[in-house]
Amino acid sequence: MKKLIALADAVALIPDGAVLMVGGFMGVGTPPRLIDELVRQGKRDLTLICNDTALPGKGVGKLIGAKAFRRVIASHIGLNPETQRQMIAGETEVELVPQGTLAERVRAAGFGLGGVLTPTGVGTVVEEGKQTVEVDGKVFLLEKPLKADFALINAKRADYYGNLEYALTARNFNPLMAMAAETVIAEAEDIVPVGVIPPDAVATPNVLVDYIVAKERRHG
Amino acid sequence: MDEKTLIAKRVALELADGNLVNLGIGLPTLVARYIPAGRHVFFQSENGIIGMSGPIAGAENPDLTDAGGNPISALPGAAAFDSAMSFGLIRGGHLDITVLGGLQVDEEGRLANWMVPGKMVPGMGGAMDLVSGAKRVIVAMQHVAKGESKIVKRCTLPLTSVRRVDLVVTDLAVIEPTDKGLVLKETAPGVTVEQVLASTACELIVPADVPAMAL
Repeated sequence: MKKLIALADAVALIPDGAVLMVGGFMGVGTPPRLIDELVRQGKRDLTLICNDTALPGKGVGKLIGAKAFRRVIASHIGLNPETQRQMIAGETEVELVPQGTLAERVRAAGFGLGGVLTPTGVGTVVEEGKQTVEVDGKVFLLEKPLKADFALINAKRADYYGNLEYALTARNFNPLMAMAAETVIAEAEDIVPVGVIPPDAVATPNVLVDYIVAKERRHG
Repeated sequence: MDEKTLIAKRVALELADGNLVNLGIGLPTLVARYIPAGRHVFFQSENGIIGMSGPIAGAENPDLTDAGGNPISALPGAAAFDSAMSFGLIRGGHLDITVLGGLQVDEEGRLANWMVPGKMVPGMGGAMDLVSGAKRVIVAMQHVAKGESKIVKRCTLPLTSVRRVDLVVTDLAVIEPTDKGLVLKETAPGVTVEQVLASTACELIVPADVPAMAL
């Protein structure tokens, strides 16, 4: 199957300096093998778009620890002191975005919209430098789309075509990010035959997925 | 009863049968323990679930957590969804109540709760969307921290939203922000109106009758 790719080969596609979207919320729903391989290959100067930076040693927190990012766009970094340290020391640039706005900016990119109008952040520091738009007497912020070079997606199950099914709160940003990147690499807990995932359960249709990370061959 | 329990118990009385409620991390999380008997409340967690409940020991699932990444369980009838849906529920006016912690609330009822410049920059997470979009915003916080009142004339910390919150519950009082100012609605058991006024760094409107919290 042409979509299946070895873990090391998948990560080798990602050059230093790339913009990455990584699914997950406090590490839940973040592709674990792809993260470990990014650390192992020593990627540098990446831009991260992710809900949060998890905890040190968990999810994208491992890449924070490895100093893989030049820039981080997230809604929350409060549970990873290393992100805050790097931000205050000027080692990593951090842009904080309200969580619902982050979701909508990613969605806007994936859905072909020029931006979204949200009441969130009006009159706060989030408004700085942004256009406001009045609609029927109510003020909104124009928030622009967020795109990435690569989306790293974690699914519960994938079939060989690349249809993806998610589990519970591990879904979070994954289906949105799978719409918003040039190249989509998915890692699944299980890879199943085509047809096993019922059409109603497919949250990310296979046409969006470029690569599925193959299972490691086990010997002995 | 310690101060946090008192605040959580008083906030819990505000949750009505059938409400969809989001509890912030920290003190607000305690509210779930004190829902009055006979009321069924739906709890949402912004990482993508309605119908969350406490974890079941031995049945924890790494794909089922609260917004802090801690294990939870899903009650019968629960629903899971992505982050756009989760914040559509919050921003779209479908959430009845959000209970959030606070650093400051000012005379206009505006909340600051997401950063202390130069000291603590955790990020706003979902707080700005929650305050912008929930039908009712309840702030649950200590009245005084490190000797300084958290209820002030004007917030000195960055605002979470310009929206006026609906109720502030502290260890000393229940305060309702209105277009005329902050109204003292109730005092904590054993606390006098004078004690509340002395612990507040702005004007309070004091009605003729200020009852004690009925916990």
